[in-house]
Amino acid sequence: MRTATDHAATALAILATILVVAPLIAIFFYLVYKGASSLNLAFFTQIPKPEGEVGGGMANAIIGSAVILAIASVIGIPIGIGGGIYLAEYGRGTKLANAVRFTADVLNGVPSIVMGIAAYALVVVPMHHFSAFAGGVALGIMMIPTVTRSTEEMLLMVPHAVREAALGLGVPSWRSVLAITLKTASPGVVTGCMLAFARVAGETAPLLFTALGNQFWSVSLNREIAALPLQIYIYAISPYDDQHRLAWAASLVLIVLIVLSVALVRYVAGRGVLKGAS
Amino acid sequence: MVPPIPVRENDGAAVEPSTSAGASEIRKFLQSRGNSALADQTFKGLMMLCAFCIFVVVALIVVELILQSQPTLQKFGLPFFFKYNVDPVTKMPLFWDPVNGTFYALPFLYGTLVTSLIALAIAVPLSLGVAIFLTEMCPKFLRGPLAFLTELLAAIPSVVYGLWAVFVLVPLLREHVNPVFMSVFNAPWLVKAFGWTHLFGDDGLFGGVNLGLGMFAAGVVLAIMILPIIASLTREVMTAVPHSQREAALALGATRWETIRIAVLRNARIGIVGSIILGLGRALGETMAVAMVIGNTPQIQMSLLSTGNSMASVIANEFSEATSDLHRSALIEIGLALFLVTIIVNGLARLLVWAVTRGAPARVN
Repeated sequence: MRTATDHAATALAILATILVVAPLIAIFFYLVYKGASSLNLAFFTQIPKPEGEVGGGMANAIIGSAVILAIASVIGIPIGIGGGIYLAEYGRGTKLANAVRFTADVLNGVPSIVMGIAAYALVVVPMHHFSAFAGGVALGIMMIPTVTRSTEEMLLMVPHAVREAALGLGVPSWRSVLAITLKTASPGVVTGCMLAFARVAGETAPLLFTALGNQFWSVSLNREIAALPLQIYIYAISPYDDQHRLAWAASLVLIVLIVLSVALVRYVAGRGVLKGAS
Repeated sequence: MVPPIPVRENDGAAVEPSTSAGASEIRKFLQSRGNSALADQTFKGLMMLCAFCIFVVVALIVVELILQSQPTLQKFGLPFFFKYNVDPVTKMPLFWDPVNGTFYALPFLYGTLVTSLIALAIAVPLSLGVAIFLTEMCPKFLRGPLAFLTELLAAIPSVVYGLWAVFVLVPLLREHVNPVFMSVFNAPWLVKAFGWTHLFGDDGLFGGVNLGLGMFAAGVVLAIMILPIIASLTREVMTAVPHSQREAALALGATRWETIRIAVLRNARIGIVGSIILGLGRALGETMAVAMVIGNTPQIQMSLLSTGNSMASVIANEFSEATSDLHRSALIEIGLALFLVTIIVNGLARLLVWAVTRGAPARVN
């Protein structure tokens, strides 16, 4: 009886694993199958054709995503790393640091659509129009907590002796933090930033009413701009088969970018996060 | 790297070189390398400012959401979330009619709740199974790839899940899965025996028209999306259970399943509950995939096959097309409610997970 239960439990666990892995494989299969057949040069070089016409590409959306993500990184990464440095180097064990840590974790769980509304209220309302900048702000805010927590984790892994050695040599503490601690932990910090980047790269909801999307060329920060995830959404719910085709292709491109960065992160992390220390 | 400095400062007096002007020269040398209390204080202040930014962001979100939802807060007040009008012609409840200025959010609360519950009902047992398999049973060579796969599942953007759901999952549910549920739930003897519960038959959980789109489809997509989160956190918590616990159970003659039940699950239960709540928090706020398959109708129906709308998806669908201030502010108030709910749910979950892993950071992604 007991061995029977044991076998049943094992079987159930294996079954659960198969059931979880199955949709993943199905998703990847469909992405590659539908996406690869729709990818061509036009996808990367042309802008969308008017509705109902066959062909066209997503060059403007690719550039638009790059612009928005660049703004997001400029906002999110420095603030995030700064916050992480504070938590790891100055705030250890203080109540303030615990509050920051908790707030960051909670902020991490705030739905992305709420971030979109916040950016709408903060940027779009005062400026009276949608803009690439507003989209960047929304994504940048979302990057801050992730970067802060991962930077802190990585800095905490730097052995204390390294800091003491630097201070003992008369290096000022701010320089010791930047040139010794942060540098030692830099591979880990970079991976953290890339994870945050990959996470916001696929976000659609915060862009819906900040960047809005655009069917034409635009790189102006002050105007509506297209983005890959937005374009996938618009095309997925459109009635035209050719637009569905483009949506699959765009999804494949997006997924390849994200999977590549996640795989790279795992590779770097597996190689030993701290090259100088430990 | 900073080149080694040949001197050491010792209570302001130099050890070497021992010239009379040594002390001031050393001070000058150190200052030339930026060694001043001012620089240190400035740097520390800057870093602290960055940390404070997180508080500022949360404060700004709250303030802006409250400010922007003032029109509805003042016009409808708290009944915004539970009242409704009655349509004069059809005598049906009327919740949400932007054209005539009726804004009551009940159907969206209902949609969010139902889809999240469906998601949890599917995802919790599966992710527990995966976590148990990965920590306790899995051969070593499979562990890495499987963990990587579940991590990848977490990295897929919501909109891609939505695209897949629209073109693959919804047809699959419509053709093959829903008919099975419908034939079970609408079996005549069940309807006869339990029809009074309103769970079976035409007005039951699987009654009505089988469109494929609807709350059930949204729940299934959500389940697939929150699986990796619950699974990876549960795995973390289970790994944190000390090995001595398992060994003790095994030494007493327990089978592997008994060991898992007695030693692992019981010790990790608080953390597991925490990770489930964290998954719930994610499901509550998930937007794009739900918006693409839920069908977007502001109604409350018993049938899971009927179309509906969730709090997040109504914002995504209507915000950029909202023409009146009242409409927009009603959507923002829904956002405010969503924000508060997810903050409470996430805070609770973090506290639980922290309690188990003792402050070790629990990563979602």
